[in-house]
Amino acid sequence: MTSPVQDPWGSLRQYTRARIGLPRTGDSIAGSEVRALQAAHASARRAVHASLDPARLNLECPAIEVRSQATDRSEFVRRPDFGRRLDTPSITRLKHAAQDGPWDLALVAADGLSAFAVERQAIPLQSAIHTALDQTWRMSPLIIAHNARVALGDEIGELLGATCVVMMIGERPGLSVSDSLSLYMTWNPKVGRQDSERNCISNIHAHGLSIGEACHKLCWLLDAARRLGRTGVSLKDESTDMKILPQQKSIP
Amino acid sequence: MVHRISLSGETFVFQNLKDIMACASPLRSGDELAGIAATDPVRRVAAREVLADLPLRHFLAETLIPYETDEVSRLIIDSHDATAFAPVSHMTVGQFRDWLLSYEADAESLGALAPGLTPEMVAAVSKLMRNQDLISVGRKMRVVTAFRNTQGLPGRLGSRLQPNHPTDDADGISAALLDGLLLGAGDAVLGINPASDHIGKGMDILWRFDDIRQRYDMPVQSCLLTHVTNTISMIEKGAPVDLVFQSIAGSEQANSGFGISLATLSEAWLATRELNRGTVGTNAMYFETGQGAALSSNAHHGVDQQTMEVRAYAVARAYPPLLVNTVVGFIGPEYLYDGKQIIRAGLEDHFCGKLMGLPMGCDVCYTNHAEADQDDMDNLMMLLTAAGVNFLIAVPGGDDVMLSYQSLSYHDILTLRSVFDVRPAPEFESWLERMSLADRGRLRMNQPYALPGFRTGP
Repeated sequence: MTSPVQDPWGSLRQYTRARIGLPRTGDSIAGSEVRALQAAHASARRAVHASLDPARLNLECPAIEVRSQATDRSEFVRRPDFGRRLDTPSITRLKHAAQDGPWDLALVAADGLSAFAVERQAIPLQSAIHTALDQTWRMSPLIIAHNARVALGDEIGELLGATCVVMMIGERPGLSVSDSLSLYMTWNPKVGRQDSERNCISNIHAHGLSIGEACHKLCWLLDAARRLGRTGVSLKDESTDMKILPQQKSIP
Repeated sequence: MVHRISLSGETFVFQNLKDIMACASPLRSGDELAGIAATDPVRRVAAREVLADLPLRHFLAETLIPYETDEVSRLIIDSHDATAFAPVSHMTVGQFRDWLLSYEADAESLGALAPGLTPEMVAAVSKLMRNQDLISVGRKMRVVTAFRNTQGLPGRLGSRLQPNHPTDDADGISAALLDGLLLGAGDAVLGINPASDHIGKGMDILWRFDDIRQRYDMPVQSCLLTHVTNTISMIEKGAPVDLVFQSIAGSEQANSGFGISLATLSEAWLATRELNRGTVGTNAMYFETGQGAALSSNAHHGVDQQTMEVRAYAVARAYPPLLVNTVVGFIGPEYLYDGKQIIRAGLEDHFCGKLMGLPMGCDVCYTNHAEADQDDMDNLMMLLTAAGVNFLIAVPGGDDVMLSYQSLSYHDILTLRSVFDVRPAPEFESWLERMSLADRGRLRMNQPYALPGFRTGP
């Protein structure tokens, strides 16, 4: 039966993409919404198995491509240890690139669990960071990493001799969002760094943190890390908030 | 100590206790990843035969992670209660399994036994138990805790309301919070995972939760699931902190990967004692754990992931928590590959947590890169409720829009209440009736205006 009154949840849905106010039958969720969830799950499963295509990044400057020891997506999912170490040709390539250093900052566009996230957001974010940081930050060429886990950045940064590495990595796809990007920032990267030695900015996508906000937070953290000489749990994010742009609250 | 056994005409050799424990574990991807799983099914059963004949006392003599180098091992050995252990001290692991299923093992005797058991003994016996054994014994045990309501009573099932939002937008969080309350969820905790570690934003969320709680006189507790050191900062700045949260693991090195030590947890626990915000109880800590956590930071010392998980429970019980839950399917398919492995692990974690004396709950969940779906979660939530789990986590529609994984929905909690005739915490149940959200135990078809004046807009 269709209710004659307007959906009372309509005004609340502008604040969140969470599945609030779902129609109910007895204790259960209505069938249409159950099928909607199944459709979203099927799309997310597809995103997990997609590969990163550098041609779709629209690169403006030359980049260096590297690969982890995981040879395909299926092995990547099951063997995180392979995803944290570089294959031999990549090591050679990075050692060669190190000769052009030293670098203060290396940005890595890494597929992680969503190549879609990187294809859509890594390059605009890289441009924003370039514009925001001053000349005291010498930046390496962009690194593109395939079948990469967060800790692959440690080996990349160490081989490049970079003072700081920032992994721009695709998050595990969710049902509402399959292209969410995270930034993991590690000072003095080297193999064996712990997760508590990193700072993270997550949920960068069209309905989450904007490119501008993510860039603002990252630059604040980079300056704070440079003063402190480290990243990790001892570096607390106390950056001032940017104004949320009005269009961010609208849901298409 | 090397152990040998012949089975089906074949001799199997196990190098030490670690090897026996790892090989006796039901198959899971994390132990395969670590390179310690039984290499074939017959070797797995052979390991169980060896384990069944080991005396429980053996676990006090052979440590899996050295006392000298690991503070969790020191905690386990130093806090072992020999008097509580006495009733089972003569048993082998196999005899202990049979005793747990006997009529002599009841809520009282099992409760008294907890301080006498080490995590390694508990993990070992679980490896000799089928899923139905984990459920039958789990159901006999009761761990009751309290803060502003009482969790873990017989015939009750608590729920954590998890109103996460990708940017911690206050109105978005409030909308999800309202959705959950109108569906009768949240007695275990109104618990949010913030997207950022920002101290000021976190404090704003805590103030808003506290404001809503007081406005409707709700007998609930709230929690911001941020790093314990952030929570301590917020307490120092005067934020209304009910529960202190931390993710924990089963070795000193794994905890160090989380940026904590036992000293950090002790400091946080003492801070909650000073705050003393509970009204019907003083349990103010909230811990999350999950198989694979230690391996993911390469801090497992060659010990299988299920045993490492139970060692985390030894950490948890040192700070009488209100809530503990395993995030069973959250850590990913590299540790629990599919629905079968997730379901088994969920039942193990609940059983082992309870036997260790913890108020055990579960985040019945899976990620999109695991071979699992909502049907697997339906199975696990039913099995855990049959096993008497203290509480389960629920999010709007089962879809967490911040952490990008699927958990249960608030509706699933309603289904469990109907199917198993279980109810929320008594104080919260009365509140639902008093607010006319429920009528004689059944939740009404509540609309947003059912909680008048609920602040969801700016």
